[in-house]
Amino acid sequence: MSIKKEKSDTRTSIAYLDKGFGSRLFDIFNIILLSLVALSCILPIWYTLCVSLSQKSYAAAGLVTLWPRGFNLTSYTRIMEDTLFWKSFLTSIERVFLGTLVSIGAITLMAYPLSKSNREFPARNVIMWTVIFCMLFNGGTVPWFVTMKSLHLNNTIWGLVLGTSLPMFHVILMMNFIRNIPKDLEEAAVVDGAGPWYLLFKIVIPVSKPVIATIILFNAVFHWNEFFNGLVLMSKAEDYPLQTYIQQLVVVLNTASMSEDQYKILSELSNQTLNAAKLFIAVIPVMVIYPMLQKYFITGITLGSVKE
Amino acid sequence: MKSRKNYLPYAIMLTPGLVWLFFISILPMFGIVMAFQDYNPGLGIFGSDWVGMDVFKYMLTLSDSKQIFINTVVIALGKIAGNLFIPLVFAILLNEMRLMGLKKSIQTIVYLPYFVSWIILAGILQDLLGYTGPVNMIIKTLGGDPQMFLGKSEWFRQIIVISDVWKNFGYNAIIYLAALTGINPALYEAAAIDGAGRFQRMWHITLPGIAVTVVLILVLSMGSILNAGFDQVYNLYNPLVYSTGDIIDTWVYRTGLLSLQFSLATAVGLLKSAVGFILITIGYGIAYKYANYRIF
Repeated sequence: MSIKKEKSDTRTSIAYLDKGFGSRLFDIFNIILLSLVALSCILPIWYTLCVSLSQKSYAAAGLVTLWPRGFNLTSYTRIMEDTLFWKSFLTSIERVFLGTLVSIGAITLMAYPLSKSNREFPARNVIMWTVIFCMLFNGGTVPWFVTMKSLHLNNTIWGLVLGTSLPMFHVILMMNFIRNIPKDLEEAAVVDGAGPWYLLFKIVIPVSKPVIATIILFNAVFHWNEFFNGLVLMSKAEDYPLQTYIQQLVVVLNTASMSEDQYKILSELSNQTLNAAKLFIAVIPVMVIYPMLQKYFITGITLGSVKE
Repeated sequence: MKSRKNYLPYAIMLTPGLVWLFFISILPMFGIVMAFQDYNPGLGIFGSDWVGMDVFKYMLTLSDSKQIFINTVVIALGKIAGNLFIPLVFAILLNEMRLMGLKKSIQTIVYLPYFVSWIILAGILQDLLGYTGPVNMIIKTLGGDPQMFLGKSEWFRQIIVISDVWKNFGYNAIIYLAALTGINPALYEAAAIDGAGRFQRMWHITLPGIAVTVVLILVLSMGSILNAGFDQVYNLYNPLVYSTGDIIDTWVYRTGLLSLQFSLATAVGLLKSAVGFILITIGYGIAYKYANYRIF
């Protein structure tokens, strides 16, 4: 943080040397370009909101651009009555809570012993290499699916919670973070007779808040966004998490064998405004959460990854 | 150090993670034997007949396998190049931004697409690129003919690569922005006093300052050369664009879980995993040797 601050101060201090026409022109160009780039990141979602609030016929005719036309809330009132939508919504919420809890628990408990050196904990390197191997190699979709079925993890929320294996990258992220904590913190407590559990819960976890917040954010967003496990593990539509519901009812056009014209007609027939409303509702939680945790995820990622 | 070390607490701490890893990551690895069997779900792995390399031989005779391989590599290479270059340019330009408030807002906004799922983005893209969507409205206004973008095989790869780069550039720029803060500010000052203009400083100080990071990311991303992105392609493709857009992962899903040709899909998945594993191991090896980069 201190480097960053020092640097921006220097930037302003040398700014007086950059008063030339070319430099000013570049600044203006830069401001316009980057603002447009940033706009491009929110306009698609804004457009979706506008479509969802517009009258169906205007949307179908392609007359909605950056403001709703024929403003109405029909799409949203229709969703209110859609029990399947809310059932999926609740399944997703449940999954996010359970999934994030299980993940952060397993990650934290695993990262601490692995942050020890092999001398302090002789099994450390063997376990570390096992984790790395599992991160880089996998059996593929079909063996995974067969395993999930034989473990009876299909048609249950636990399949969604546990179906994607331990987030190994996050274990490494957290382990690297813990290793950067000054050693004297732990050593002082060890002198006072503290054991591993005390060290983990009273010393390591409190100072690891940035990385824990980062990992919670990423796991929560992952569980909210994941659709594939829901698609292949759940056989009934009422058990789908929200993303799978949307994928099945909004995104997939049943296109088994059709011509370009049929495709065109089908995509025009779909209920554009209602679909847009569903997409928008599904993206709200993400938009609410990520800016709050932004300061954490930047420090969490940059501190936890490359050590030079 | 005085007393005998007790490792039991460490073992207990590791148990939940290792159990999870065993059942969901390691156990499926044994399922790879299906690639060497004529797997029958009714008989299971222990009851099915062994066929040796027959499945792999059969795979080579399929015209599909060559096409999905080419599609995957072309799309993945496009993404690797775009995801390396665009975030770099963005980070350098953002670093030159002097309005600190605007800089912060832009940075926050560009992370958003990274956190939105491909399901949602695919739904939005289908709308935007649809026959009566805004993109075609603009084309019409400019006097062109509306296009069925997502139904045309000649457009599909470009749409996939561009939308992927658009989704991820803000997030990918984090690593570059972090590297940029590591450049000694005194260098800029000295260069400015010696009369170097802004472009000269960008070229001679900023770029060399993050060159190592760029090469590092390139080397590490080579491991994903067979990873064209299942979620994205699966939610945007349709049979009209299979010729250019069907990738290994989508093909394995359809062949294995929809057509139930378990052995064939396992074999193709195994090839993909093995190649990916070898490439990423080489990548990490190079990164360790030349940039002293280690993940742990």
